Amino acid sequence: MKKSKFPTPDISHLKSGDFEKIYEPAEDTFLLLDSLEKDIDFLNNLRPSICVEIGCGSGVCLTFLAQILNIPAYFISTDINPAAVELTGLTAQQNGVNIQTILCDLVSGIEDRLEHQVDTLLFNPPYVVTPSSEVGTPDISASWAGGVKGREVTDRLLPKIEKLLSDNGIFYLVIIKENNQDEIHDLVGREKFDCETVLSRRSGPEFLSVLRFTRKIT
Amino acid sequence: MKLLTHNMLTSNIIKGVKNGYPLKIAATKVEEREVDYNPEFITRLLPKLDWSAVHKGAVDLNKAEGVPESMMDDYESNEDFLKTAHNILLQVEIIEGNLECPETGRKFPITNGIPNMLLNEDEVSEK
Repeated sequence: MKKSKFPTPDISHLKSGDFEKIYEPAEDTFLLLDSLEKDIDFLNNLRPSICVEIGCGSGVCLTFLAQILNIPAYFISTDINPAAVELTGLTAQQNGVNIQTILCDLVSGIEDRLEHQVDTLLFNPPYVVTPSSEVGTPDISASWAGGVKGREVTDRLLPKIEKLLSDNGIFYLVIIKENNQDEIHDLVGREKFDCETVLSRRSGPEFLSVLRFTRKIT
Repeated sequence: MKLLTHNMLTSNIIKGVKNGYPLKIAATKVEEREVDYNPEFITRLLPKLDWSAVHKGAVDLNKAEGVPESMMDDYESNEDFLKTAHNILLQVEIIEGNLECPETGRKFPITNGIPNMLLNEDEVSEK
């Protein structure tokens, strides 16, 4: 567990049976929380109005962001798994914040209206390298199975980043080494975005990083 | 689901649908939940919204009384308007019902406050 000045959101309402349906917060989740905490002054300075998490799982990441920001914002979580959006709403409630949840595929149904509106975007995708046939199944494996290079789901989002982010918008993405950071930066757009590693950590066989994409100043 | 979120949803994810906006709301259960009034937050949100869709949503919910059809120029200093916007956008919660595509009538159910925007594979637009 993380040691820091901001407590990890309370997830005592989640039972072991819930983790058969949704991804249980693990090292990758905590690395994203630690990265948001590390960036909190930067985020507060940007005064985000719209914050979105794609593939929210337990909802712990966006709940944490809602707790640590010093101004109110509009928080939207999406997931393709009905149990995840339902439990995310409960996680938010348990921690005294409001998150609007939408059952959808990535940003399907909101991407047009959110064009150049998203100030903070979080995505902890299914990043594990697996056979393609395991991607997007209706069960819990959808939360980790990433297919070829562990990128089959991530790669559907990356070309949309430029469209979604506001002028000051930031995109946080959790990756493992096998996902290939350079190729990801190419797909987001190397001419338009800077990509920095906020934090990295080894967890068992995985070498995890949280990447932060910001628009290049033109 | 708040009207704030309704404001962000389009059904042009369906094959053949052009705009798909705003979605019509057919609610069967609506609640009002108190949220702390923060005029600064509302003022930051308003430029990001399509106010005519807020008004249409309010009409669908039978809550359009006092909700203007369009935003006034001096909205930032209009306390009455900011309070109206706060209530309609943040305090009204659609718990159960359907959102309907304005072009095809395709229904997106709202269950326990969560809109379901998932489509069947054969409905998805290629774009």
